[in-house]
Amino acid sequence: MTTALDATDMAILRILATDATKSAAEIGRAVGIGQPAAWRRIRKLTDSGVLGQKRIVIDNAAVGFGVTVFLGIRLAAKGRTSLEDFERAVTAIPEVQTVQHVLGQFDYRLRVIARDISDFERILRRRIMTLPGIGQVEANVMLSEERRPGPLAAL
Amino acid sequence: MPDATDLRILRQLLADPDASNALLAERAGVTAASLWRRLEKMSETGVISAVQNQIDWRALGWEVQVSLRFTLDKTEPRAFDEFMAAARKVPEVTEIQTFLGSVDLRLSVIARDMAHWQQIYRDRILTLPHVSDSDALMLVSTIKDSQEMAL
Repeated sequence: MTTALDATDMAILRILATDATKSAAEIGRAVGIGQPAAWRRIRKLTDSGVLGQKRIVIDNAAVGFGVTVFLGIRLAAKGRTSLEDFERAVTAIPEVQTVQHVLGQFDYRLRVIARDISDFERILRRRIMTLPGIGQVEANVMLSEERRPGPLAAL
Repeated sequence: MPDATDLRILRQLLADPDASNALLAERAGVTAASLWRRLEKMSETGVISAVQNQIDWRALGWEVQVSLRFTLDKTEPRAFDEFMAAARKVPEVTEIQTFLGSVDLRLSVIARDMAHWQQIYRDRILTLPHVSDSDALMLVSTIKDSQEMAL
């Protein structure tokens, strides 16, 4: 389903993608419409699923999770272990925040958080390497991350 | 540094980012006033650096999402800076991460469909500077996407 957006909707998306705590009144002022009209548009964007869940950007190191690792995983024996078994087991690991099924050099990509490198080693050995069907694993330790607003001008 | 109550609030917030403040206060066992004060303080001190709405590009008809992994030519000292500056100019790039490992950099790139992806790849990705190697992982489905932390 594709939702038609006008320039005002896009301006609202651009604001909320940066700061979701802004009120309808503040957003209305920023894009030049009244508060009730801004509220209606935000409501429409939410109901149509365009405005997704809020992302709480936190300083992981400040709360004791200094290490984020991206893992590429290739399953060893496809067919022997079902994808469902692997997916059920991997999503149950609390330190695994993201699991994506992908096509390419790997079958899955994972985002894993850990307190430090030795904590990561523990997670890798005890939880990841013991997953059903696990084959080749590639780990890359994240140094920095930035999120971009995306092609809002191209809609 | 956040104390035990702050961490309890954060845990609840990350588990359900769209919950109202009233609900969060109840789940964390604090008053609404205390919750508000502690969230403000965590924003001021940078423990919470931002609260953003994620945009669901699939709901807007952007069906293709690709994870592009790059190895850069490290004989060029400005490779990272120049690559990242160029990547920021590509509107379809939604994430940029740098790594320590066999991969130097990763971009998340979205496109409307495969034809559009081919066009972005040829015109905007292959022209990025200082790339010595790259590979692409095409997203099939997202099985888990959680912000939860065992605080």
